Amino acid sequence: MSRVILQTHDLTVRFGGHVAVDHVSCAFRTGELTAIVGPNGAGKTTYFNLISGQIPSSEGRVELNGRDITRASVSDRCARGIGRAFQLTNLFPDLSVLENVRLVIQSKAKMGFSLFSMADSHRDVTDRAKAVLEKVKLFDLRDQVVSALSHGNQRKLEVAMLIALDPAVYMFDEPTAGMSVDEAPVVLDLIAELKAEKDRTILLVEHKMDVIRTLADRIIVLHNGMLAADGDPVTVMASDVVQEAYMGKELEDV
Amino acid sequence: MIVKLLSGDMPRSKLLSAILLAILICLAFAPFIFPGVRSLDTAARICVFILLVASYDLMLGYGGIVSFAHTMFFGMGAYGVALACTYMERGFGALIVGAGAGALLAAVVAFLIGLFSLRVRAIFFAMITLAVASAVAVLVSQLSGLTGGEDGLNYKIPRELTPAFKFGSEFLGVKLNGKLLNYYVVFFGAFLLFLLLLRIVNSPFGRVLQAIRENDFRAEAVGYRVINYRTAATCISAAVAALAGALYAIWLRYVGPDTALSFEIMVDILLMVVIGGMGTMYGAVIGAVLFVVAQNYLQELMSVASAAVEGIPLLPDLLSADRWLLWLGLLFVLSVYFFPSGVVGRLRQGK
Repeated sequence: MSRVILQTHDLTVRFGGHVAVDHVSCAFRTGELTAIVGPNGAGKTTYFNLISGQIPSSEGRVELNGRDITRASVSDRCARGIGRAFQLTNLFPDLSVLENVRLVIQSKAKMGFSLFSMADSHRDVTDRAKAVLEKVKLFDLRDQVVSALSHGNQRKLEVAMLIALDPAVYMFDEPTAGMSVDEAPVVLDLIAELKAEKDRTILLVEHKMDVIRTLADRIIVLHNGMLAADGDPVTVMASDVVQEAYMGKELEDV
Repeated sequence: MIVKLLSGDMPRSKLLSAILLAILICLAFAPFIFPGVRSLDTAARICVFILLVASYDLMLGYGGIVSFAHTMFFGMGAYGVALACTYMERGFGALIVGAGAGALLAAVVAFLIGLFSLRVRAIFFAMITLAVASAVAVLVSQLSGLTGGEDGLNYKIPRELTPAFKFGSEFLGVKLNGKLLNYYVVFFGAFLLFLLLLRIVNSPFGRVLQAIRENDFRAEAVGYRVINYRTAATCISAAVAALAGALYAIWLRYVGPDTALSFEIMVDILLMVVIGGMGTMYGAVIGAVLFVVAQNYLQELMSVASAAVEGIPLLPDLLSADRWLLWLGLLFVLSVYFFPSGVVGRLRQGK
């Protein structure tokens, strides 16, 4: 049964006089893939930052499973089930691909303070990391240092780390940003696969409209930090707000 | 077995393995290979500094935390032993209590500094450590009633660790006395603690530290509370540094601000870490050996060289033994220039 897992109430943040996210109230249900769209500067990433805790909110609340997590730290929110992939690739550059994923699984297994065991002796952790890498087709590159990876592969690793975390709420911030035309579908297929596997809650910020149309169960539109539209893809895409504010802008961009 | 002992962190370079093995053999059999008083003293100093530098590397090379208080922690261990030996009954109990108290104090102080300043930016932590270290150094030299002030403390360690204690006549031409035992206390103490550090940096905890060094923002986002890990690393590092200080105090039977607290030692530690190679642990070994040997023998080498070129203008002056610091400095500049990732980093990549 689908239930509300994540909820924001009047979530607001101001930077000086500028209101970046303006009283956004929205509920996200389990098993639902919600696409968050809006023109550049609409506050999509900032809204994400407020939910995953990278920036503190000025007003309003974030609730996860009915619990108020507005004041919780980033790591605490992560432990409670909010997982996030970043728009700008954000990895551990001098560590190997495998180590990047291993660290995530190790975090989930709460082994960070294991001081006297050898990290490599924890086979189960390493095996799970390898399985995730198989899934995203990075297994052959597992011993490479991340900084030596192509941009496309780094994006894939970014997704792999979120899959490794397997959080209650997946947050993807433009997972295909900067990827080539042939690489982007790989990442999108991964997200589609995640959605098909079981009822996962996924939040997706994405610009490519065709992608959203096929993937999303629901679309919310942010405009100037405010929630401008919310509903199923067909209705929202046809609405005036999207046609004017978003599609118009998109066309110009292209 | 060896893999386990080294925690799976192999030297990954034939030359480096050979060098490390040679150093280990030289240190393990130092009393027999280099029987002189001075050379044994150098060997003991190398053992202590390997441990001290390795503990600093845990913080700087693995955790990415810059601290200027490492000598202070070193001094806490040294003064711990000195005070315990001065005010307690002579015996091994005093050594253990002194070393333990020093390590505990170091860990507590590190915890407090970490708690208040690691939350904010790295530079702030560096400045706080500098301030606290200076304050402690001044305090120690002012509290002369307790610490002996600038003169330091001379104290008695258990008789079994002094030259007066003899347990046999001679073995391979080496007198079997307490000094020999004392050396092995220092050697094995440093060796075991070094292996412990090697284990810690290769543990899940060590991996988290590296992740934090690489990208603390992301480490937090995958669920690691960065401040807790940084604070823990600082405490462990401080405690081990204090134990290194305790070994040093046991060896020297003297503690003073110059030997255990001066800022010069801090600079030396930094140089040793950088020369050896940050974030490698083995770099501490290479850095400490190079540095301590240079510090002890460069002067002599130069007076020999100076005598050899006598008669040629300018050269004898340049090579005069008084200029040894100049050459030491030059060596550092060159080594940092040519091996930016340290000797170990260079050996590992250069094939």
